[in-house]
Amino acid sequence: MNSRENQTLLIKGGHVIDPAAKINAPMDVLLRDGAVAEIALPGKIHGGADEKFDARGLIIAPGFIDLHVHLREPGQSYKETIATGTAAAAAGGFTSICCMPNTQPVVDSAEWVRWLQQPERGAVVNVFPIAAATKASKGASLTDFRALQRAGAVAVTDDGKPILNDDVMREALRAASELNMPVIQHAEDTRMTANCSMHDGPTAFRMGLHGMNAAAEASVVERDVHLAQQFHGARLHVAHISTAEALKAVRKGKRNKSRVTCEVTPHHFSLADFDIRDYDANFKMNPPLRSEADREAVLVALADGTIDAIATDHAPHAPHEKIIEFERAAFGVTGLETALALAITRLHQQAKLPLTRIVELFTAGPARVVDLRGRGTLAQSSHADVTIFDPKKRWTYDAAKSQSRSHNSPFGGWQLTGKVVATIVAGRMVYRAG
Amino acid sequence: MEKVARGSLLGIEHLEAAEIAGILKLARQMDTRKPRPLLRGKRILLLFYEASTRTRSSFEIAAQSLGAATTLVLSSGSSIEKGESLLDTVYTLRAVGADLIVIRHPNAGAPQFIATHLDIPVINAGDGMHEHPTQALLDAYTILRHKKTITGLNVAIVGDIYHSRVARSAVQLLSKLRAKITLCGPPEFLPEVATTLAPGLQISRTVEDAIRGADVVMVLRVQKERLAGMNVSLDDYITRYQVTLPRLRLAKKDAIIMHPGPIIRGLELTWEVADCRQSVIVEEVRNGVPVRMAVLTRALGGRR
Repeated sequence: MNSRENQTLLIKGGHVIDPAAKINAPMDVLLRDGAVAEIALPGKIHGGADEKFDARGLIIAPGFIDLHVHLREPGQSYKETIATGTAAAAAGGFTSICCMPNTQPVVDSAEWVRWLQQPERGAVVNVFPIAAATKASKGASLTDFRALQRAGAVAVTDDGKPILNDDVMREALRAASELNMPVIQHAEDTRMTANCSMHDGPTAFRMGLHGMNAAAEASVVERDVHLAQQFHGARLHVAHISTAEALKAVRKGKRNKSRVTCEVTPHHFSLADFDIRDYDANFKMNPPLRSEADREAVLVALADGTIDAIATDHAPHAPHEKIIEFERAAFGVTGLETALALAITRLHQQAKLPLTRIVELFTAGPARVVDLRGRGTLAQSSHADVTIFDPKKRWTYDAAKSQSRSHNSPFGGWQLTGKVVATIVAGRMVYRAG
Repeated sequence: MEKVARGSLLGIEHLEAAEIAGILKLARQMDTRKPRPLLRGKRILLLFYEASTRTRSSFEIAAQSLGAATTLVLSSGSSIEKGESLLDTVYTLRAVGADLIVIRHPNAGAPQFIATHLDIPVINAGDGMHEHPTQALLDAYTILRHKKTITGLNVAIVGDIYHSRVARSAVQLLSKLRAKITLCGPPEFLPEVATTLAPGLQISRTVEDAIRGADVVMVLRVQKERLAGMNVSLDDYITRYQVTLPRLRLAKKDAIIMHPGPIIRGLELTWEVADCRQSVIVEEVRNGVPVRMAVLTRALGGRR
């Protein structure tokens, strides 16, 4: 790596989309010493570069940021490791990923937060830990937010185990507000969702499966938005939002100037409950695939700015946890490698969302949610994290060839448009399409 | 649907009306007293993850009447108890030479799941709350022994629809054969979403309205423990929804009363109703044998 220092990389001939810097034009980009040295009109960067990248016909974007990734370490390396998970992230164009604390043990201490970031873990992209909000994510007593933040945590959450107790959630929002950290909530009133394996509706009834009512998500989001309004500066981030009702609550909160943000997953904007075929557990995740009306509400919220970020909720599981009876299978799907292509195919081509907005949802949007300074933009002197993609390339996703240790994607065999060509982290090429 | 072996019967949902008629026709050609060795040399594995009296014995007798060998594997007393997965279990059964697997399983979709991983036919003998297709077929067979046609018949289905795989299969089948179906039960057992199961379904919250003018009254089992879980009082259920002789008099004179069993006398129906002249509950069990003979022959027989 040392030999790479002082190296320069010139990305020439491409089209830069950098919503944070309000750039949407043909530009050349020069990277030096892990930072963006210069961004200028084509042909205007003079002087030599150690390496040149021909980006003709390609989009040059700030490195993508994923707010919601399960890297499964510590404790569940049979599903994923930091090395394999970040390799999949790089293949999907993500230069920074936030990893969730619901590991074994739960990441609820500064020691584990530091452990996640050690070079021995073999990460090929930036890893920003999100720490548990309560000890062992049991929802009872808060962790030491200050110590966790100092160790590198960018947010706190009990993802997968929602904080249902009003007092605990209020206290979490208050404590985090003092540190200007967001509290991320997996919004699900689990008292209403016991034994459920999909969304409540006609499809669940027909399939003979217990369904999660949309109200189980919306009621928690409504309460959280209400609680967040009680503390000046409190920041609430709603993970993987999936229902029209919950989006309404977020929209209302934003209108009232609350600091509430939310993310949506590619599977929730691409699929609805009736897409579940043959009890294939690769279509089982939590929150579940919702109704088509909910999916349409997600599309509206992506366009009108209610949704701040696209996050994958990449949740790798081993075959023995997924290739089993639907009701017994684990919740979760992989998603790092298909996120951009689904956004281009489903949001840009089908829902006519501008490419600039899509790039914003992968870059400036998530960077703002967790305050990743100098990331999510290619402005001069920001980090040299760059994602280069071909927005027109058609390809077929083969889940079995995933960089991830697990292959539990519902999108295997899908014909998609838009493909990552190169992923650059701190000026170094960490992924290059073959 | 993903590819499954020909002859599999995973649910009524994906059957065409003509296929249903074909199975019923084949069933009428089956004579349980004069066995024909149509399936001699075939090995049929009965894989039961749930208790069963009538479905299991009926499948066994059907298979043996056709000359097939049957082997019963129960979740208790097998490697399933040691934690063997469903897929490993069925691969094992395939390896020992099964030509067909009949499966009952507490999880919806389990038969579909194994069928997509096997090259032999799979017959669903009841999966969770999803479907119980042979029950629906034997019910249709039974109805047709008493009525000329199913088209246009008024069918009332009373009881716990939500938890019932029998109800889902019956609704799918009777609707494909164009019966007029009224579902009846408290909202806890019959959510409004039930009407989306098939076109033209009606919901009634009053058992008298549901039964009035019916040609067929199908009563479903109500489990006491479910009533408790749903906060429905047992007395209230009995008062409002129990099928009694006075209520049955609202149906057509020649109406038949059906129940997939096991019946709980004094809960979903009175003992008088269970044993009345119009009751075909025992006949349903008897008809299970020729219907299952037809289903097995369709799956394994040469005449297709």
